[in-house]
Formats: sequence, C-alpha cells, structure tokens
Amino acid sequence: MLRRRLLFVTGKGGVGKSTVAAALGLLASRRGLRTIVAEVSGRGDVPRLLGGAPAAEGAEQQLAPGLHCIAIDPQRALEEYLADQLPLRSLAELLAGSRTFGYLAAATPGMRELLTIGKVWELAQPARRAAGAVPYDLVIVDAPATGHGVAFLAAPSTFAAVAQVGPVARQGLRIHDTLTDASQTGVLAVCTPEEPAVTEALEVGAALRSQLGIEPAGTIVNAVRPWRLRPGDRGALHAALAASPPTGAAAAIELALAEDTRVRSQRAQLRRLPERFAQLPFLFSAQLGPAQLEALLPALGAARL
Amino acid sequence: MSPAPAAARIHICVGAGGVGKTTTAAALALSLAARGERVAVVTIDPAKRLAGALGLRELGGEPHLIDPRRFATQGIELRGELWAMMLDPKRTFDELIGRLAPDERSRDDVLANRVYRELSSAVAGSQEFTAIAKLYELDREGGFDAIVLDTPPSRNALDFLAAPLRLTQFFEGRALRALLAPGRIMGRGTGIVFSILKRLTGVDLLTDLSAFFLALSGMIDGFNERAAGVDALLRRKDTAFVLITSPEHEPMREALEFALALRSSGLQISRAIVNRVHSSGEASTRELAGVLEPRLVASIASYLEDHAVLAERDRLAIERLRREAPGVALTLVPEMAGDVHDLAGLARVARHLELQEP
Repeated sequence: MLRRRLLFVTGKGGVGKSTVAAALGLLASRRGLRTIVAEVSGRGDVPRLLGGAPAAEGAEQQLAPGLHCIAIDPQRALEEYLADQLPLRSLAELLAGSRTFGYLAAATPGMRELLTIGKVWELAQPARRAAGAVPYDLVIVDAPATGHGVAFLAAPSTFAAVAQVGPVARQGLRIHDTLTDASQTGVLAVCTPEEPAVTEALEVGAALRSQLGIEPAGTIVNAVRPWRLRPGDRGALHAALAASPPTGAAAAIELALAEDTRVRSQRAQLRRLPERFAQLPFLFSAQLGPAQLEALLPALGAARL
Repeated sequence: MSPAPAAARIHICVGAGGVGKTTTAAALALSLAARGERVAVVTIDPAKRLAGALGLRELGGEPHLIDPRRFATQGIELRGELWAMMLDPKRTFDELIGRLAPDERSRDDVLANRVYRELSSAVAGSQEFTAIAKLYELDREGGFDAIVLDTPPSRNALDFLAAPLRLTQFFEGRALRALLAPGRIMGRGTGIVFSILKRLTGVDLLTDLSAFFLALSGMIDGFNERAAGVDALLRRKDTAFVLITSPEHEPMREALEFALALRSSGLQISRAIVNRVHSSGEASTRELAGVLEPRLVASIASYLEDHAVLAERDRLAIERLRREAPGVALTLVPEMAGDVHDLAGLARVARHLELQEP
C-alpha cells in the first residue's frame, strides 16, 4: 500500500476518510517516508487530527518529522501551472490576473478538479516545479466524498479528450498515465460497516474499473464495533431478562443485546466486500486527535493491502 | 423567529455527510404525510434498500406516489400523501436547458455541444444547483402542501445556495461578452489572453467552450429569472432549514457552521435533529453477578463502559449545540440497533420526529 507515490483515500461522506488519510500519513512518516497529506475540501480536518492548526491554503505545512500537509487551493495551483507553462513570467501574470480568464476558469465545468489533481500530481513528482521544493516519497490525498471522487480522478483524461491537442491535452494524458499506473498510484476505498457506505465502496470499485480501467488498491473498513458475545450468549441473556431482573440489570442486558445486534448487522455488511480489506476499530473516545490515530496504527500497519 | 414546522411548506435538510440526512429527510416527509399533508421528498442518494423500499430507482427524475400500504405494515396510517423521488442531476439539468432555451435549436446546440456532453457530469454533478432547480419547479408546479429537500454533502456550508448566484454573476459579467467575441478587444490584455489560451489549450477546446457559452447565452434571462426566483423561495416565511447532525465532533462542527451561516444570511432554522444519540440510562451490572456467568458479566460491563464514554461525549456535544444555537428546537433521535435503512427504520425515526415536534 505505501510502496506507491500517490494514494487516494475515497469514500462516502462521514466514513472517516480524513482520519484514515491522517493515520496513513503518520504510519508512512514513521517508516521513514517523506509524506504529505493533501486535503481537497479545505476543511482543515487533517492538521487538526494530527494536533496542528490549519494553515493557509496552498501552503505545505510540517506537522511531525517527515509528515506534512497541504490544503489545495485551485487558484494557486492555476497560477503555478501558468508560471510553469508560459515562457514569460509577465504572460503568466497577465493570464492569472485577467478577469476574463478567471471567469472562464471558474465557469468551466471540471476545471477546479483538474487544477486540484494537477497540483496533487506535481507534489508527487521526483522533480518538483518550484526551485528548492523538496520532493515527497508519498502523497496521500483525502479525496472528495465518493460521488465526486471518481469524476475527480477522471478529470485529466476528460479534459485531454475535449482539448485533443496542445499542452493541456498532453499534460492531461501524462497525469492520467500516472493515475492509472498501479505501481505509482493506489485508490483506497474507505467505508464503515453500514449499508450505504459499503454500497458506495463497491460502486467506487465498479466506477474505477469502467471509467479508468483500474482496480482499487484496497478497502479499509472503519469504525468496526467489537464483538463481545459468543454464540449462545444471546439465549442466556434473553433467559435472564425473562426472569425479570431489577431495572438496572435489565437495562444492562438490553444494552448488550442491542450492541450485539449492531455488531451482527456490521458483520453482515462486511460479507458484501471483496475479500481483502483492513478493519479499523471503532474508537470509544470523546476526542479524535493524535492519541486516537496512534490507536489505529497497528491495524493499518498490519493491513496486507 | 422561526415558523413552527407545521406552518413551513418547504423544509430544506442540511448537514454533514454520514449523519443520516437522507433517511431523516424521508422520515420527516413521512411524519408530515401521516399528519395529512400532501408531501414530496427529493432525495439525493438514498441507501439502496431504502430506495428499493420506496420504489425510487424505478422512476428517476419526478416524484411518484408511495403506496400507503407499505407504511400500514409498519403501523403508520397516512392521512395525507407521500411522494418521493431521487434527484437525477444530469436529467434535471437537461430539462432545465430545455425549459430555458428560447427554441429547440438552441436547446439542441447545448445538449450536443462537446463541452456540455463531456463535462456536464461536472455541471450536472453540481448537485447543489440541480437540487435547488428541482425544488423551484416542484414549488411552482407540483401542487404539494409540503416539500422536503435532501441536500448533497457540501464542501462548505450553503454551497448550494451560492450556486445559482454564481451562475448569474457569470452571465452578467462583461467577461462572458468578451469570451463570446474574442476578436473584439474589451481590455488591453484580452486579445493576448486568447492567443495564449489557444496555445495552451488547443483551438478546439476554446472553440467548443465559446460555442458552449454562446449557446447558453440565449438563456441568460431565463437563468437570471430562475436564480432570483430561487432566492425569493429560500427567503419566504414558509421556508425553513432543518439542521441534521450526529453528536460526533466533525458533523457537530459543521452543523454549527451551518447555523451561523444561515443566521447571517437571514434564513430560518426550524429545528435541529441530532441522530444516533447515546444516553446514559440506568444500566448497571451491579445486580448481574448471581444471574449470569462472570465472563458474560464482564462482557456486558465492557459494553457499558464504551457506551458511557459515548453518552458523555454526546451529552457535551448537545449542550454545546444548545449553547451556540439558542432558540433552535432540538430533536434527539437515539442510536438504533440494527439497520435503519429500510421502511421499518424510517418509521421508527418518523415516530421520534413526531414525538418531539417543536
């Protein structure tokens, strides 16, 4: 899983993509990989999870030894791209400052996604664009919630198809080639063991195959509840309830039965998934921060993805 | 002052992804229909089983009437009508183009345009915009007593409210006119801008983009009118926003952001619904010692410990919500064992919504 240059963490809203992306970043940095976790939605979840404060958009921020993060800013990505593509700085500045161009960029469907993924690609290059920028061994992307996730990945090839010739088309194809090269890029599907999230994870797999011709690199199931009862225990619990125990005891038994029902429901959802997936435990904690991420590292580290 | 939900005709459900927004929107619609209203619920991405149970996948794009017998089996009698649909952004946007085009030729020009075809999933995938567009249509033409709108999980609070406005601003801008006639110099840099763009993007893209915006330009008035209509709709006294969240940190944070943003835009919040609430009850293992074997008692004790952590977390989160969104009626829906993504689950949530109606 961590042997690639680019890892995209996708999944339905609310399944814990940012948590998984941050935890993977921590794991990778501990293994000596110079890592950056890129957020696309600009919510600042990743630095917060890693105990830092969100920095300005577009800035590469260090959070721990070997671990960085960035909130991708499409406007800034555009300016960097223009500066790189155009022979004269003045031309690049003219274009970037032009209102006409600004409106065009803002109104063209998919442009934001293209610029974002272009920046992500640049971060993963062994030779960085800006002088003095240090390359990363691994770029982990906290991708948009799934509906937009695959379209996001398909943006470069879509634009290449529309443009057909010229630098944008060539660049689009180059990026597309990186994204579809399994030795360089991996797409992870994250879900919780609940029906809608698992369905989306399965649909991501199907969409990746049909639109990009790639397989997901793996599935990570987050927030798996612990199974504390053995077969036969439910019978004993029901029998105890039938004997009309005191209120407190009855409530405790009922709670245990309800939890067990939930766990069974979760296990049924797990059976819908393709064979290899990693499981991360539900974290019973009031906070979600560095200490909780540490708790996830063993399971992630052991995952054979 | 928020209108009581009974007086609200349009209920817009906002909230983070993963909090049960779609299910809750459907449950809200169900409770209104049970009460005697003719309700339409527009869902964005319902769970497969729920969609199956409501027959949503069969007919996309328009609301259809749900057979009340499906709910009778759950013990809910519908005195009104429940209509439901799943938003189909591509279809909705195509239909919108159809409605706004001054003639068939313009409509066909847009629909056939390469940019539109290749990239329209990004435009149509502006679910925010199409959700609002659909709401507008149903309000004008649907004949419903109430409409409940599910919203897509958004990057920012009120992304979907900004969508029509962004489109209007673009159409009103001089930039568009410059774009449509690149030969005419509107400012010193424009000619150079286009020659650079041609070099970067290839003539085809630029030509197609120009053709795309040209074809759309015939619909500017229509878009603007609609945007104004939508804005008016959102500000009506009988339109209310329903905040949906769970007690977890991130969803709660987003809910508070929504509340703040709605308030500063002068929009009304009718209620906040907190899903998946754990409550500390009377559960205790004290009197279980003689009743069950020690291993089982220990397992139950572990469950109680975990539960207590979550109950305390939830209690603090709800307190914070009360503090930071005062005056917003709160409905707490308990964490439910098993799946809620079916009719039985929907009915259970609907009952909770009814019981705690502000």
